[in-house]
Amino acid sequence: MAFLRLFIAFLKIGAFSFGGGYAMLPLIEEEIVYINQWLTHSEFIDIIAISEMSPGPIAINAATFVGFRYLGVMGSIVATIGVVFTSFVLVTGLARIIIKYYDSYIVKGIFAGIRPAVIGLIAAACVSLFKTSITDVKSLLIGLAILGILYKTKLHPIGVILLSGIMGIVVYSI
Amino acid sequence: MKKYLSLFWIFFKVGAFTFGGGYAMVPIIQKEIVENAELIENEEFLDIIAVSQSLPGAIAVNTTIFVGFKLYGILGALMALLGTVLPSFLIILVLATFYNFIKDIPSIQMFFHGVRPAIVALIFMAALKLGKAIERKTFNLIIAVTAFIAIAVFNVHPIFTIIACATAGLVYTKRKEKENGVS
Repeated sequence: MAFLRLFIAFLKIGAFSFGGGYAMLPLIEEEIVYINQWLTHSEFIDIIAISEMSPGPIAINAATFVGFRYLGVMGSIVATIGVVFTSFVLVTGLARIIIKYYDSYIVKGIFAGIRPAVIGLIAAACVSLFKTSITDVKSLLIGLAILGILYKTKLHPIGVILLSGIMGIVVYSI
Repeated sequence: MKKYLSLFWIFFKVGAFTFGGGYAMVPIIQKEIVENAELIENEEFLDIIAVSQSLPGAIAVNTTIFVGFKLYGILGALMALLGTVLPSFLIILVLATFYNFIKDIPSIQMFFHGVRPAIVALIFMAALKLGKAIERKTFNLIIAVTAFIAIAVFNVHPIFTIIACATAGLVYTKRKEKENGVS
């Protein structure tokens, strides 16, 4: 019963949060802190801090964390499956249709409009991340250094992330 | 079997290094799937991101499932999803257990202070590369700039922006086909 409630709570979170990332937080808070009271408000704030230290989508991080706190490792598995379940059903369903009708003029037309829009979307995400990430001269310098490295070399994004982390430790230790 | 394992491994890397929200996975998937493995093209990748953004759930998860499904069907989608989710799952289990020790280590905070501006640079370069992949014509430029301003300046929700641009694309394509006499 407890497992079922956990599953359903995260099924709802996965099914009703559009936009991903921090846009999912209010819904997660509603389910976890107010409706089911699995975490206190300050424990919920911890999730955000932990999510910043952990890779992967914040919704997955929250699911794993809450499930683990509430019902151990099995709980974290159940909550994580719950949060990705709707995505899996919807994306594979829609992908099937899109692949089948890829050459129809409707799908072609829709993508003709969407493709350039996604460039704008990613650029907008870049601007909002810039506002929250570049907060002082040191972070600006790291950003510019990495931009230069990306422009001049073909360094893998994973190498870039590790390098920038080391730069952070060096720059902020001074 | 080998193709499923290599798909799993690619997305394991994506899951392990996606810091800073959904779009942070764009440069890694682009490098691994588009440039190195050449499994899909930049244009298709844009379509996949658009669909992933329009559905509920985390963008990185939706993108992963779509890429896996497009390459190797349902099993491909499952393997890719497992790969993306597993690193974050394991790390959270460790963090949840040791959080009280870890949160006070200053160099961990500094590491992530350094990573954040790098994510901005990575996403910026990914947007440039994706921009080069689409045809240079006035329609594309207008749509990209309008979508950017709508979201960055006027805070329009991305889903409404995508729906509006899809409609514009549909009208534009239909008109073009009429002009060319294709029915």
